[in-house]
Amino acid sequence: MSSYNLTHIKELEAESIYVIREVFAQFENPAILFSGGKDSIVLTHLARKAFHPAKVPFPLVHIDTGHNFPETMKFRDDLVEKLGARLIVGSVQNSIDNGMAAEEKGRNANRNAIQTVTLLDTIAENKFDACMGGARRDEEKARAKERFFSHRDEFGQWDPKNQRPELWNLFNAKHHHGEHFRVFPISNWTEMDIWQYILSEKIDIPSLYFAHEREVIRRSDTWLPVSDFIQIQDNEEIVTKKIRFRTLGDITITGGDESDADTLKKIVEEVASARQTERGNREDDKRSETSMEDRKKEGYF
Amino acid sequence: MSGYLDMELLRFTTAGSVDDGKSTLIGRLLYDSKSIFEDQLEQVKQSSERKGLEGTDLALLTDGLKDEREQGITIDVAYRYFATPKRKFIIADTPGHIQYTRNMVTGASTANLALILVDARHGVVEQTRRHSIIASLLQIPHLVVCINKMDLVDHSQEAYDTIVADYEDFASKLDVKDVRFVPISALNGDNVVNRSTTMDWYEGSTLMYTLEHIHIGSDHNHIDCRFPVQTVIRPKTDAFHDFRGYAGRIAGGVFKPGDDILVLPSGFTSKIKSIETLDGPIDEAFAPMSVTMTLEDDVDVGRGDMLVRANNQPKQIQDVDVMLCWLNSDGPKPRMKYTLKHTTSEVKTIIREIRYKLDVNTLHRNEADKEVGMNEICRVKLRTTKPLLADSYRKNRNTGSVILIDEGTNETVAAGMII
Repeated sequence: MSSYNLTHIKELEAESIYVIREVFAQFENPAILFSGGKDSIVLTHLARKAFHPAKVPFPLVHIDTGHNFPETMKFRDDLVEKLGARLIVGSVQNSIDNGMAAEEKGRNANRNAIQTVTLLDTIAENKFDACMGGARRDEEKARAKERFFSHRDEFGQWDPKNQRPELWNLFNAKHHHGEHFRVFPISNWTEMDIWQYILSEKIDIPSLYFAHEREVIRRSDTWLPVSDFIQIQDNEEIVTKKIRFRTLGDITITGGDESDADTLKKIVEEVASARQTERGNREDDKRSETSMEDRKKEGYF
Repeated sequence: MSGYLDMELLRFTTAGSVDDGKSTLIGRLLYDSKSIFEDQLEQVKQSSERKGLEGTDLALLTDGLKDEREQGITIDVAYRYFATPKRKFIIADTPGHIQYTRNMVTGASTANLALILVDARHGVVEQTRRHSIIASLLQIPHLVVCINKMDLVDHSQEAYDTIVADYEDFASKLDVKDVRFVPISALNGDNVVNRSTTMDWYEGSTLMYTLEHIHIGSDHNHIDCRFPVQTVIRPKTDAFHDFRGYAGRIAGGVFKPGDDILVLPSGFTSKIKSIETLDGPIDEAFAPMSVTMTLEDDVDVGRGDMLVRANNQPKQIQDVDVMLCWLNSDGPKPRMKYTLKHTTSEVKTIIREIRYKLDVNTLHRNEADKEVGMNEICRVKLRTTKPLLADSYRKNRNTGSVILIDEGTNETVAAGMII
C-alpha cells in the first residue's frame, strides 16, 4: 500500500467525522440518538474525535422504553458523566400515561413500535432539527437506501421513493420550519468494521456483548432473557445459559446466542465466522419482510 | 483476520437494466465471496420458490423496498457491502431505467471504479454508451467492461473480440484513462470470482481479481494542497485556553507542520503549527483525512475559507462554467436564484446561459434545444454572488463539484462539474 493511502477503517472514520462536523455546522440544534448499543457508542466516540480537544457539542437523547437491560442504563449514565454531555430522556411510559401511545397486547407484546411516538415527541419538544443515529446500510434492506442526511417531513415521516439525491460530499440540510433530518454518519460501516474498530480503539461497551451466564427461555429460535417484562408461558422452561447479545434492543425483544466469547478478540472471531445476520435475533424485524421499511416510514429510528 | 485493519476500500458503481444481469452479477459477487448469511439465503430461496423459479435466483439478494419487489425494479441507489481478505468493497447499485441518469450520477460521484455490463448477444448498445459517457463525465478513474452472458454465445472468443473492438472504437472519444474487459457469465459464475473452465482462450484476470488488485492509490489528488475549513474548534477550557483549531477534511495535497500556508479568500499567511487528532498530533495529513489544524498566527479563519499554498492556488471565480446534470422534474427557470454548495461554502447563483445540451447516448452537442428536463446534462454558465475557490473537476473532484438547491422546495435540483 502506498504511503498516501488510508486503510478502509481510517477512510470510514474520516468520512464519519466529516459528516458529524457538517451536522454541527449546518444545523442549529442537533442531537445524538443514544441507545446504549455498540453502534451509537461508536458514533459518540467518533463525535469525540471530531471535536477534540473540545467536548462533544451535542446532547445525547435516549428513548427510554422502560424495558431496558439494567446494564445498558448504567453504561449510559457512566458515559454521559465521562463526556460531560447533557442527557435528554424521552419516556415511552409517559407517552402511554398521557394517552399518546397504546401498549401492545399479547404474548410477544413489546414497546418497540410505540417508541416512535416518544421519539417524535422528544424531537418536537426539544426543537431538534437534526438527530444523528448509528444506523448502518448493511443492517437491513430498507436501510440500504438511506441517505447520510435523511429528510423527515413535519410528521416525521420518511419518503423513500422521493429522497434528495446525495452527491460527492455535498450535504443539503435545508428544511422548512417543523421538519427535521436524521443523519447517519456511520452509514457505510459494516458490523465487522464496528467490531474491529471497537477492538482497535479500545472503546468501552456494555458487558451484555460479552458471554455471560443468564436466565433465559427458548422462544422464536432464540434465547430470550427472563425479565419482569415478559410473560412466561407454562410450556416455557427457564434455564441458565452462557450467552451473549449481538445487538442490543429492549430486553423484551433481544435474543442472545450461546457463546464463549468473553473478550473483544473472541467476539471479532465469532462475528467473522457468523452465518446469520446480526438482526436475525430481533423480534421486531421478524414480524414481516418489510417491518423495518414500514416502521421507518412512520418515523422510527 | 490479522490483515483486516490493513485493507483498502474500493467504491464501485454498477449500472444496468433489468435484463442485462446486473443483479445476478452482484448476487454472484456477494455469494461467491461468502458475504451472504444463511438467513438471507434462506429468504431468497423461499422467494425463488414462491415465484416458481427452478433454482435460487441470486438477483433477489439485491431486492429492496416493497414497491421494488412488487414491480421487480430498482427505484433508488442501494449500497451494498462485501469484503475479501484483500479489500473492502462498497457497491453503489444504480437502476438502469427509471431516472437512470440521476441515479447513476449519484452513484458515480464517489466511485473509484465503474462496472459496465454488456450483453454478449447484443454487444455495445445505447445504454452501454450512456453509462460509459456518464462514467467519463464524472471522472471515474477505472472502467471495467463485463461482457456478460458468454454462455449464450457459446463462450465464443470471436464474439468477445468483436465487442471489445467496438467498445474501444467508441471509448476513444471518451475521457477515460483505464478500461479493462472481462468475459463472464454471472449466472454460472464464469470469470466472476472463479476462473472459467469454458473460456480457455481468455488469459486475463477474473473480475474479482481485478477488483482486488486494481491500483487505487493515485485516485486522490496528493499534489494541490486544499483544506476547506468546516468549523472552528475552541474548547475554552483551562487546559486548552488559547486553543483555536480549524477542522476539516483534506480535499487535496499533503500538509505538514511547519508548512507555509495562505488563507483564502482573506489572503492572510501563516504557518501550520500542528495537526491534531484525538490520538495525538500527526506529522502529515493528506486526502481524504479529517483533521484539525492549528496555525502559528492568530488570523481570522472560518467555515468556507480554504487553506492552500501561496504558489498553488485554486481559481477565484464568479463566472463559473459547469457541466450540469439536472436532477429535478422542474427544469431550470430563467433568472431563478439557486443556493449553490461548493466544498464548505454556500452562495447564491443564477444560470446566466445554457450553452448546449449534451446527448448522453451520442455525445452530440445540441445548441438549438435549450429546454432542460430531469436527467438531462447541459453545459451552462453560472454567475455567483461571491467567488468560489475552485479547481476544475478533472483536477480535483472535491474542489470541482457543486450542487444547486431550489430555495422554495429545498430540493437538490442539479449537480455540476466545474470545467
